[in-house]
Amino acid sequence: MEIPYTVTARPDTGLWNAKVGIWLFLASEVMLFGGLFSAYVFLRLDADPGAWPHGLLNVPVGTMNTAILIASSVTVVLAWAALKMRRYNAYWWYMLVTILCGVIFLVVKLAYEWPQKFEHFGAFIKKDKLEKYEKYLGNHHLAERGLPPRMEISGHLHNHEALHDANVKEYEIALDPVNADPTNPAMDRPHFLYVPATDKIATIEKEDVEYANMFLPKHSAYFASYFTITGLHGAHVLGGVLVFIYMWLPVSKKLYKRNPEHLANRVEVAGLFWHFVDLVWIFVFPLFYLL
Amino acid sequence: MDEHDEMIAADGHAVPDEHAAHNVAKHVRKYLLVGLTLITFTAITVFLSYVNFGTMKANVAVAMLVATFKAGLVAAIFMHLSNEKQLIYRILIFTAFFVLGLFFLTYLAWYDPVTR
Repeated sequence: MEIPYTVTARPDTGLWNAKVGIWLFLASEVMLFGGLFSAYVFLRLDADPGAWPHGLLNVPVGTMNTAILIASSVTVVLAWAALKMRRYNAYWWYMLVTILCGVIFLVVKLAYEWPQKFEHFGAFIKKDKLEKYEKYLGNHHLAERGLPPRMEISGHLHNHEALHDANVKEYEIALDPVNADPTNPAMDRPHFLYVPATDKIATIEKEDVEYANMFLPKHSAYFASYFTITGLHGAHVLGGVLVFIYMWLPVSKKLYKRNPEHLANRVEVAGLFWHFVDLVWIFVFPLFYLL
Repeated sequence: MDEHDEMIAADGHAVPDEHAAHNVAKHVRKYLLVGLTLITFTAITVFLSYVNFGTMKANVAVAMLVATFKAGLVAAIFMHLSNEKQLIYRILIFTAFFVLGLFFLTYLAWYDPVTR
């Protein structure tokens, strides 16, 4: 079947068809991500004071991934421009860089950031037991400074069997710096550089704990929204990379030789999708990593 | 040329594709500049998040302001929205209306006319 108006404008819309198609699709994407972001706003504004965590994600790595995504947005628009100027070689290189950027973004997310969270542990202390763990929480110090309280003790779980075995009555945690030294003013706000768990071990009785788990989606509303939104965003990055690979392979050179404008329009449309994915990340990054 | 006539017929001041191709070269510099601006503002966002603006709400507002500016740049320049056809704008006006409605639902969740 021959699809009409691939390179010329349709008289009634004034646009080639794919352009209208991608914008309608992006409109539905705005609603998809909009729904999730509005859920995020709801969960966050409704969280008890101190219940929404800060500084749990690795900021330098997140910043690097943001820069990588922005760079790939630039290279994809340059790839399109190269096709418009009929420079296929330049197009090929720009496309390759775009694909590599997308792959690096995904590898960092899936092989480093997510697994690091899965290995991290946090226990929310019952409200009436907070005083017992004051030396790890430093809530008197925080109250003096007018800061929200800490309810969670986090770090590296030593006895993993505690998660499943009811006979194990306590969690042994190598504490995160914030719980190892909670009254240090330097811990009042999140750090820029990632700080690994300390050697200081805390023992927390299970019966004092409201809820405890590894940093999985079910750990908290924060991680549920983090994994949902970054997961969906990651799926979009993967989709974009696959489409770009198709447009970069020799099969697309055939189209280029037959009708270069058609390939340019395809790249423009895929690029529009890619910029949208970049645009979503521009909001994800500050909301989850920084604030 | 047929293509040319068609585009003029569709939109009184449409630019023929050949002409557009020559214009692309001029835009390349602009794309690079926008990319640099975006990366610079990413660094600014990170920096500002470690500045205490008094309340968390103020910090969120500042970060969202910067993010909106960045998103605007991406939409206007990379996605060519600064110079797009009527139909696209019409689609997006509808989208904006409904997505704002979505966020308004979040607000409604707190609205309680009985106990307040």
